[in-house]
Amino acid sequence: MKISFAGVWVHDQDEALAFYTGKLGWELRADVTLPELGGYRWLTVGPADQPELSLVLNAIPGPPVLDAATADQIRSVMAKGWGGNVLLTSDDVHAAYEELKARGVEFTEAPEERPYGIDSAFRDPSGNQFRLTQLREIAVA
Amino acid sequence: MRLVPPERHLLRARDLVDARYADRLGVADLARAAGLSRAHFSREFRRAFGESPHAYLLTRRLERAAALLRATDRPVTAICFTVGLRSLGSFTTSFTRAYGMTPTAYRAAFPPASQHARIPACVLRAHGRPQYRTFREAGRAPRP
Repeated sequence: MKISFAGVWVHDQDEALAFYTGKLGWELRADVTLPELGGYRWLTVGPADQPELSLVLNAIPGPPVLDAATADQIRSVMAKGWGGNVLLTSDDVHAAYEELKARGVEFTEAPEERPYGIDSAFRDPSGNQFRLTQLREIAVA
Repeated sequence: MRLVPPERHLLRARDLVDARYADRLGVADLARAAGLSRAHFSREFRRAFGESPHAYLLTRRLERAAALLRATDRPVTAICFTVGLRSLGSFTTSFTRAYGMTPTAYRAAFPPASQHARIPACVLRAHGRPQYRTFREAGRAPRP
């Protein structure tokens, strides 16, 4: 078994696409709008180094898929920062931090030493939380 | 359609507390991060997150202090100042109210930090923050 796709909600797919490709530097994998599905837009992105895994950027649907009150609750939960969580790893967090910060990525934690490695955190425009971590080798007992 | 919920702006203020709790942060700084007027900001923050900006800042400082007590052998006074609190007396009082024991007793009750390795920092921060307690509530049992 492998993870091939994982989804996050986004407030605005165009804004999300600009962020993930323009600021994070990820690839656009698919951008397909399906009229037969009421205009549903299948939008996926992913890091160039990891072609086998894509992140699905899902718009929050309205009725009849999702009732308006529930859609509002999801928007609110995300905006409060309790939506998606993605943990990224990198071989050089300090370099990645400088590069992404220069492109305007909203970091909530600058790289810091932790017991497990060097760790930082940023948010996407919708409030989804990403950690960017350089893992330290830990001997397994 | 671009629809940014107002909470997204309030989240910037909460993130600012999480990032700069050690600094002299005032409500004005937080309101600025959220792009709101001071009076409006405090009301909206409480509405969105269920507690005042002040309560969030204090409990974030206490959570950071608790983490340093568990993970380091630095003196309690140094930890108090490191997390942005400026009175050791009120730190001890607030900490005891939040965690049900003094900072020194708390430190003695926990094993060394290495046993907590690999739990991401965001999880530690979110789940380690104590409930905000006022003097009136001090008699009730604290959260474990």
